[in-house]
Amino acid sequence: MRTPFTVRLFNSMPRAGWAALALFALFAWVWVPLAHLALPADHALHLSSYWVSLLGKILCYMVVAVAMDLIWGYAGILSLGHGLFFALGGYAFGMYLMRQIGRDGSYGAELPDFMVFLDWKELPWYWWGTDSFLWALLLVVAVPGLLAWVFGYFAFRSRIKGVYFAIITQALTYAAMLLFFRNETGFGGNNGFTDFKRILGHGITTPEMRVVLFALSAALLAGVLLLGRYLVTSRFGRVLAAIRDAESRVMFIGYNPLHYKLFVWTLSAVLCGLAGALYVPQVGIINPSEMSPANSIEIAVWVAVGGRGTLVGAVLGAGIVNLAKSWFTVSFPEYWPFFLGFLFIAVTLFLPNGVIGLWSTLRARLGARRPAPAAAEPPVQGAAAEPPAAESSRGAVA
Amino acid sequence: MTPHSNRQRAGAEFVAERENLRPQWEGEASTGHVLQPGELDLSHKVILYLEDITVSFDGFRALNKLSLAIDAGELRCIIGPNGAGKTTMMDVITGKTRPDEGSAFFGQTLDLTRMREPEIAHAGIGRKFQKPTVFEQHSVFENLELAMKADKRVRRSLFARLSSEEGDRIAAVLERIRLAGEADRQAGLLSHGQKQWLEIGMLLMQEPRLLLLDEPVAGMTDDETERTAELFVSLAGEHSLVVVEHDMAFVEALGGKVTVLHEGSVLAEGDLPTVQNDPRVIEVYLGR
Ligand SMILES: Nc1ncnc2c1ncn2[C@@H]1O[C@H](COP(=O)(O)OP(=O)(O)OP(=O)(O)O)[C@@H](O)[C@H]1O
Ligand SMILES: [Mg+2]
Repeated sequence: MRTPFTVRLFNSMPRAGWAALALFALFAWVWVPLAHLALPADHALHLSSYWVSLLGKILCYMVVAVAMDLIWGYAGILSLGHGLFFALGGYAFGMYLMRQIGRDGSYGAELPDFMVFLDWKELPWYWWGTDSFLWALLLVVAVPGLLAWVFGYFAFRSRIKGVYFAIITQALTYAAMLLFFRNETGFGGNNGFTDFKRILGHGITTPEMRVVLFALSAALLAGVLLLGRYLVTSRFGRVLAAIRDAESRVMFIGYNPLHYKLFVWTLSAVLCGLAGALYVPQVGIINPSEMSPANSIEIAVWVAVGGRGTLVGAVLGAGIVNLAKSWFTVSFPEYWPFFLGFLFIAVTLFLPNGVIGLWSTLRARLGARRPAPAAAEPPVQGAAAEPPAAESSRGAVA
Repeated sequence: MTPHSNRQRAGAEFVAERENLRPQWEGEASTGHVLQPGELDLSHKVILYLEDITVSFDGFRALNKLSLAIDAGELRCIIGPNGAGKTTMMDVITGKTRPDEGSAFFGQTLDLTRMREPEIAHAGIGRKFQKPTVFEQHSVFENLELAMKADKRVRRSLFARLSSEEGDRIAAVLERIRLAGEADRQAGLLSHGQKQWLEIGMLLMQEPRLLLLDEPVAGMTDDETERTAELFVSLAGEHSLVVVEHDMAFVEALGGKVTVLHEGSVLAEGDLPTVQNDPRVIEVYLGR
C-alpha cells in the first residue's frame, strides 16, 4: 500500500509540532490583525505599527535562518554569504516597488528618481518587465536561484568545502556589495531603493497592507518549516546528513553528493530570496549594506545560537538574537556588536547545540530525576524525538 | 574452497586475453555476443583485470606495474607487509586514485580508470574501508537503507518510500550480519566489531558483484572473526570478493587463492601453504 503524500507530510512531524504550528497560525493570522486593526490605539492590547513591522521583519529573518540551517545544520555546508541571496530577492522585488512609484517620485518622472538624478534617459535592459508583479516574483526566485546554482555547481564540483567554501561565499557577497554601491550598476548606488508607495496599486504604508505583509511572512515561514520538515525526514534528508558526516562514504554507496548539495543549496538561496522580497516592503528600504559580510555572519550566529540541525532551533535563534538586537539598538546601540560577539563565543564554548541543545539536556536531566514510572523512559528516548543530529552530534550531551 | 586450476595467470596468457578485449570494448564484438554499454560483461569469467598499474606519490611508487586478475565468484585474499600498496590498489579500483599508468577493467568492458566513483559503485563494486565508516548519526536500519541498491538520484530520494520488498531485504541483511536486534540503535553506539559487520551489511545492500574488503576483521574478537569468515565463504560464488587481511588464521579460514603484494607489485600468488613456503615471501616477512 502506498501512503498518500499528504499523510506522509502529516506524519513527518510530531503532534506537538502541529499544535505549535496551529498556535502560530492563530497568532499571526487572527490575533495580530485584530490587535492591530480592530483594537483602538489606546487599548492595552493594541499592537502598534512598530511591533507589527518588527515582528514581520523577524519572521523574514526566521525564514532565512531555516534556509541556513538546511544547508549548515543538515548538509554541513557553512555559508557566510546568505545575506546576498536575501538582498537579491529584496532588490528584485524592490525594482517592482520602484516602478509602482510611477510619477509620484520627487522629480515626477517616469523613471525612478536615482536614474533621473544620474541623467539616464531610459531604463537599463535588466529593468525590463519589472513593472509587472508576476515578472518581479519570477525574478525574486530566479535571480538568487540561478546565482546559487552556478556558484554552487562550480564550488561543489571542485569539492570546495568547510572554511574555504565559507570564505568564498564571504568574498562573493562582498564583491556584490561593492558592485551595488556603484551608481552605474543601476540599483540606486549606496542609497538603494526607498520611498515605496504601492503594491498592486494599494498604499504600502496603510495598516491593512502592514497586516497583509505580516500574514504573508508568517505563511512563508510556516510553509518553509513544513517543507524543511518534510525534507529532513525524507530519504533525501538522510542522504544530506550522511554527506555532512562522511561524504566520501556516501559517494562509495552510489550517491552523487554534487546533486544533493546543489539542490539544497539552490533551494536555500531561493528561500532567502523570497524572505528578502517580503522584508523590503516591510522595512521600506533596501541598500547594499544588506550584502555586507557582517550581515551574513549574523545569519550564521542566529542558527548557532538556536541550535543547528533542528529547524525549530533556527527559528528560535533568529527570534532571540533579533529581539535582543532591537532592544540593544534602542537602549545601548554602541554595545550591540560586542554583545553579538560575546554571544557567539559563549554559544560556541558552552552551548554547541544552541538553546535547543540546552533545553533537551535539561529535559533529559529532569526526566532522569523523576521517580520510578517516569524514569522508565530513558533520556535517549526524549532525544530521539528530535530531528537527527540534534543531540550527541557535537558530543555535548555525552 | 573455490578450485583454481590456473595459477599465476598474469603474463603472456593474460595479456593475450586482454588484447582481444580492446576491439570488443570499442563495439566491434568478434565473439558474437551483444555488448551492453555500461553493463558488466563476464563472458571471459574474469571480473577484474588490473594490468601494469603504477601509482606514484611525489616520486614514491606506491604501486609498481601491478597486474592482477580476479575470476567471477572467486574469493581472493591479498596479503603483504604494511605499505605494500594494498589500500592504494583498492583506491585505484574504486576510482579514488587515478593510476599514472596501466589499465583497470571491470569485466570485459568497463574501464575503471575512466569512471567516476559513483559510477563505479553503481556498476557493482562495493568497498569496505580499512577504518569502519558507518554513518554514526543514523540508525543501523537507516545505514542499510541508505546503502540499498536503488535509484539514488535527488528526484527519487525526495519521494522515496520503503517498499515492503525493500524492507524484507533490509531485514534479511540484518539477520545475516547479526544486527537484527540493533536495527533502531544509533550506529555510533555500536561496538567496533558490530560496526565492521554493519559496514559489510551496507555493502551487501548494494548487491555488488565485486566486494573489496580492507582488513574486515581488524578489531574483532576471535568469535566474530570466525563468523565473518563463514559469512564471506557463503558469499563467494554469488559475489566475487577481494579481501585484504593481515590475520593469517582468518586468511586460512577463507581458503581461497592468496596474492602477496610487496612494494607495489605481486610477489607471489597461489594457495596459502604454497605462498607461505615461497622463499621470497619468507624473506619479505622475516627480513623486516
Ligand atoms: N595519498 C598518499 N600520499 C602519499 N603517500 C601515500 C598516499 N597514500 C599512500 N601512500 C603511501 O603508499 C604506500 C602504500 O600505502 P597503502 O596504504 O596502499 O599500504 P597498505 O598495503 O594498505 O598498508 P597497510 O597494511 O598498512 O594498510 C605507503 O608507503 C603509503 O605511505
Ligand atoms: Mg591499508
